Amino acid sequence: MFVQNFFNALGLGALYGLIAVGYTMVYGILRLINFAHGDIFMLGAYFVFFATIQYKLPWALGVALAIGGATLCGLLVDRIAYRPLRGAPRISALISAIGVSFFLQNLGVVVFTGMPRAVIRPRELTNPLPIKDIIPLEFLQAGRIGEVRLIPLAIWVPVVSFLLVAVLLWIVYKTKPGLAMRAISRDIETTRLMGVSVDRVIALTFALGSALAAFAGIMWALRYPRVEPFMGVIPGFKAFIAAVFGGIGSIPGAMIGGLILGFVEIMSVAFFPHLSGYRDAFAFILLIFILLVKPTGLLGERMEEKI
Amino acid sequence: MQIVLDVQNLNIWYGGIHAVKGVSLSIEKGDIVTLIGANGAGKSSTIRAIAGLVKGYRGTIQYTDAGGTQVQLNNRPPEDMVRMGIALSPEGRRILPHLTVEENLRLGAYSRKDKAETASDMEYVYNLFPRLRERRGQKGGTLSGGEQQMLAVGRALMSRPDLLMLDEPSLGLAPKLVGEVFGIIREINRQGKTILLVEQNALAALSIANKAYVLEVGATAVSGTGEELLQDPRVRDAYLGA
Repeated sequence: MFVQNFFNALGLGALYGLIAVGYTMVYGILRLINFAHGDIFMLGAYFVFFATIQYKLPWALGVALAIGGATLCGLLVDRIAYRPLRGAPRISALISAIGVSFFLQNLGVVVFTGMPRAVIRPRELTNPLPIKDIIPLEFLQAGRIGEVRLIPLAIWVPVVSFLLVAVLLWIVYKTKPGLAMRAISRDIETTRLMGVSVDRVIALTFALGSALAAFAGIMWALRYPRVEPFMGVIPGFKAFIAAVFGGIGSIPGAMIGGLILGFVEIMSVAFFPHLSGYRDAFAFILLIFILLVKPTGLLGERMEEKI
Repeated sequence: MQIVLDVQNLNIWYGGIHAVKGVSLSIEKGDIVTLIGANGAGKSSTIRAIAGLVKGYRGTIQYTDAGGTQVQLNNRPPEDMVRMGIALSPEGRRILPHLTVEENLRLGAYSRKDKAETASDMEYVYNLFPRLRERRGQKGGTLSGGEQQMLAVGRALMSRPDLLMLDEPSLGLAPKLVGEVFGIIREINRQGKTILLVEQNALAALSIANKAYVLEVGATAVSGTGEELLQDPRVRDAYLGA
């Protein structure tokens, strides 16, 4: 049972982490909480649903199209709702973000209808792994692990998530646009003086965040095999908590925050089944706790500058 | 001589405040030109307008690039200026404290695609400021004030500008360091860079300038060669404390 829960938590946590990374990147650069982020996640899930189930495209192609489509939507949101407000007070962009979020959810209801739709999962991802053939049952029992039933999806989700975050970290810390992103997060004006087209770098940030959110949405749709227009709301909130928990602005922090949140949720229900109704509340209790103890989050640093 | 930058009748307003009132200046290729004056005289506003950081000013700013093409700079964004060959080392240094010395320099070269030549310019900056080479892996925020100023100048040089603009490079530096920084500015100029220098330290600035403008409450009060202004009784009284 524990192994089962472990993989469950790892998968859930990795997905929270992937969404949280998008929040944290945009916040790091624009000091904006992109409330529409959870809805990009939802769009990614819907796009893959339509591509593979409605239009019967192969899965790999469907996933690529869905990520591309959701990324485009993320870019459009930045272009239409945030860029015109770049010189405006921060609260205006925040209100715009809330507006975009409601708009996308309700657009989802109009276009996709409010009815949840079932996602038919590909066999290769859901046929249980032959664990008994790899690890003898006697061995599992000796280790008090018991019988484990794992599907490939449970392994793929965390593995691919970590790979994606590794690629992202490489982009941010080793490439030229990454250097510009880190510079913008501290001083936009000076970064422009260095010849950086700030709007383009911000667009890239939205594109990367949206692609990760879309991927998370697709994996989410496969784990809980259904899609509905409001599916992004709660995961979005929780990923935001994960980002704050890990220290907003920090990419490794967002991932760690996501994992911790995943484990807290799954393990609290596993060990205290009668509290399962409070599952969502645990995330918020965690947030309040961390804000009281360490307001900057686990890996967040105070913005200090030497003048 | 070829005019690199020609500013005519520059007017800048901040809200209702008329901060710069009809300033004109021109910079010849290979010169050090300085703008001096008290706090709030409009020096920084002028240099920031040239760099593209001020929106909605009146007047014309005409730039002639290395190839001899004339460009109107009015209300273009700052990132364009760098690509055309104008770099600004801003007031207060504004280095990025969370990036390393080397990353700060690489950021200065952001608009360039010529990798080999960028690397040789980085070598040039390190030779100009050996302290930066020693601290290349250190975070910018851990440098001393003087080192940060060197980094700011080095970073501006990394775009290989034709016109280097320096806004108050002596700000907050000990007198000994001011001498060192100005020595390096002169050295950079000797190697062929045209320099526009905004300074409050009038004595230091005038002693290295070919041409100088004294700004007072937003307008040009006096102008002439550095030598002339050092002798000018009005300038001596007001800015040199002599």
